[in-house]
Amino acid sequence: MNVTRRELIAAAAQAAVAASVPLRRAGAQAPVIRFGVLNDLSGPYKDIGGPLSAAATRLAISDFGAAAKGMTVEILTADHQNKPDVGAGIARQWFDRDGVDVILDVPNSGVALAVAGVAKEKNKVFLPSNPGTSDLTGKLCNANTIHWAYDTWMLAHATGSALVRNGGNAWYFITADYAFGHALQRDTSEFVTGAGGKVLGAARYPFPGTSDFSGFLLQAQSSGANVVAFANAGADTINSIKQAKEFGLKQTLAGLLVFISDVHSMGLETAQGLVISSSFYWDLNDRTRAFSQRLWAMAPNVRAGMGQAGCYSAALAYLKVAQAMGVAAAKQDGAATVARMKAMPIDDDCFGTGTIREDGRKIHPAYLFQVKKPAESRQPWDYYTLRATIPADEAFRPLKDGGCPLVKS
Amino acid sequence: MRGASVSDTSGITRRSGLRALAFGFTGAQATALIILVAAIILGPAVLYPVFLMKVLCFALFASAFNLLPGYVGLLSFGHAAYFGMGSYLAAWTAKYWGIDAEIAILIGGAAAGALGLVFGWLAIRRQGIYFAMITLALAEMVYFFCTEASFTGGEDGIQQVPRARLLGMFSMQADMSLYWLVAFVFLVGFLLIHRIIHSPFGLVLQAIRENEPRAVSLGYRVDQYKLLAFVLSAALAGIAGATKSQVFGIATLTDVHSSMSGEVVLITLIGGIGTVFGPAVGALLFGALETYLAPFGDWVTVTQGAIFVACVLAFRRGLIGELAARLRLSL
Repeated sequence: MNVTRRELIAAAAQAAVAASVPLRRAGAQAPVIRFGVLNDLSGPYKDIGGPLSAAATRLAISDFGAAAKGMTVEILTADHQNKPDVGAGIARQWFDRDGVDVILDVPNSGVALAVAGVAKEKNKVFLPSNPGTSDLTGKLCNANTIHWAYDTWMLAHATGSALVRNGGNAWYFITADYAFGHALQRDTSEFVTGAGGKVLGAARYPFPGTSDFSGFLLQAQSSGANVVAFANAGADTINSIKQAKEFGLKQTLAGLLVFISDVHSMGLETAQGLVISSSFYWDLNDRTRAFSQRLWAMAPNVRAGMGQAGCYSAALAYLKVAQAMGVAAAKQDGAATVARMKAMPIDDDCFGTGTIREDGRKIHPAYLFQVKKPAESRQPWDYYTLRATIPADEAFRPLKDGGCPLVKS
Repeated sequence: MRGASVSDTSGITRRSGLRALAFGFTGAQATALIILVAAIILGPAVLYPVFLMKVLCFALFASAFNLLPGYVGLLSFGHAAYFGMGSYLAAWTAKYWGIDAEIAILIGGAAAGALGLVFGWLAIRRQGIYFAMITLALAEMVYFFCTEASFTGGEDGIQQVPRARLLGMFSMQADMSLYWLVAFVFLVGFLLIHRIIHSPFGLVLQAIRENEPRAVSLGYRVDQYKLLAFVLSAALAGIAGATKSQVFGIATLTDVHSSMSGEVVLITLIGGIGTVFGPAVGALLFGALETYLAPFGDWVTVTQGAIFVACVLAFRRGLIGELAARLRLSL
């Protein structure tokens, strides 16, 4: 067969154009509510969000009874690969082309802040439950975003002040030497000293790339502190706690950002005695147990953490408002929908009754838990003992301290 | 790398009627350029413009990177440093000084070029693996600097940078107006790179690649040529990063991370090292994989890996490199 260069190049160009056409999705015909669950499906945050977040969102749709109420609700999922530009790109495409109205979940603060900007620009709704940064309701807050479940202020405050009241009054920090670690240490230190405790010192280790924590742990061991707090996250937390166990640290260990999935992967043998804070635990009360039972039916052998519970709670609250406003009106104006959500009392199985504040902070109680000894655990995922409850009005950063431009002083 | 360069010499010797064009395109290259420009113009009608803008930024980044391994024979493993620095400085100046888009992009490029001057001055003293390791080590230092420095916002990055205006009067809020700016930046950068490669300067670079001692014996100050190529490559990488920060309104650690340095090597490898059009095609393929596989979760990385393995095994010269070799053309 004789093919000239020109023909080949022309054919290749045509094929490229033709191949890309089916990738375009048709715009929405009937008013369909579309949730986009944007999270990490392949990397370090898979366990705190991942497929379970989408399952929790699906459960919210069925608990709400969307089909019986004549509402069509769809879920899209995507992996942001922990890259803010990928996350922001997907968010733009979802809003512009795929008719997505609400983006949920989004672990990784860098990605979440980027998506918050996109949601504001496109006047859609952003209900993140898995990023830590309290900037989302602080200086980078906007009228289209509600931060669900937890933030670093809540975690630092709950662990810092509640643990001091329970007797842990001399602290030593092991801190990842970057902005996040510094912020966590600084915030927690303030609460510790505010509650009458003392901070004896801190060991900063280089981030990323530290896998041997022995030197830092020995400093902590000989510091005379009775609480050793880990101002780090993810794999670093797991490694440092494991090594603390191996070194036989007698102090109370406090993880400042530890999820139930981290405890699950460490195992009770390693994690026992660790003190952590969370806004959700599946075995907390009858309502959380009922929720967890229903979720177990959809996604067995795994229990939701606070981020995944946040997806459920946020999706349910949005659907209630969308029903009240009318689906078309809710789709039209993200900021108006968020304003309605802020005016409405929130009640669900995961976080109980709560409210949404002017700055976009979802308010509910926080809890201090201690990880059980292996002998105390009676069933899979039976990991925590409740040590203290921080009431809703104290659990989050006071409105005036956040510096959110939406708040009129 | 040697294999990838087979077609270049034919491109230099080939004389075609269209060669008269100012930029020294051969007939085949002129055709490919027309296809490229047509694709840029028609692309937004088919594909999502923001996606295309990202592809164009990566295409410019990869084309700039390609200048070193493709035409000087220096494999840099630290190009994320220049891309990221350009991105950070453009985002920071646009956000806090409120300057225009074109100034922000130029500042990003200038900063990356200055960084390239320092790093290049150190790195070109060594060759091969040692050169690669020095660039990698310096880029890691930049990464640590960006993690620690306060102006970068640590792991949150510089966020919510408003889209700056162009020349003080044109709003870039609409995706399509920004698209034309990005397309313009890409095309200018691309033509500049093409011109560099096909200038007497570029021919000396290729001579250095083929046989450095002989280039020295002919009286060329090889280090100066290498350094200039390094600075040009870094500055253009910075411009690509700065443009990307304008598109997404963010600059984050992803841009300076070593995986970004790896990605640009892969993009160039898929497209074809030492081809003018290869990096652009590689960027399109890589961007499409990253974006359109996103809904499949775990399978993103697996599929990317499989495609890279397939490319390395079946298309050792890259897509465009193989095509050019098959058609006996220089693309």
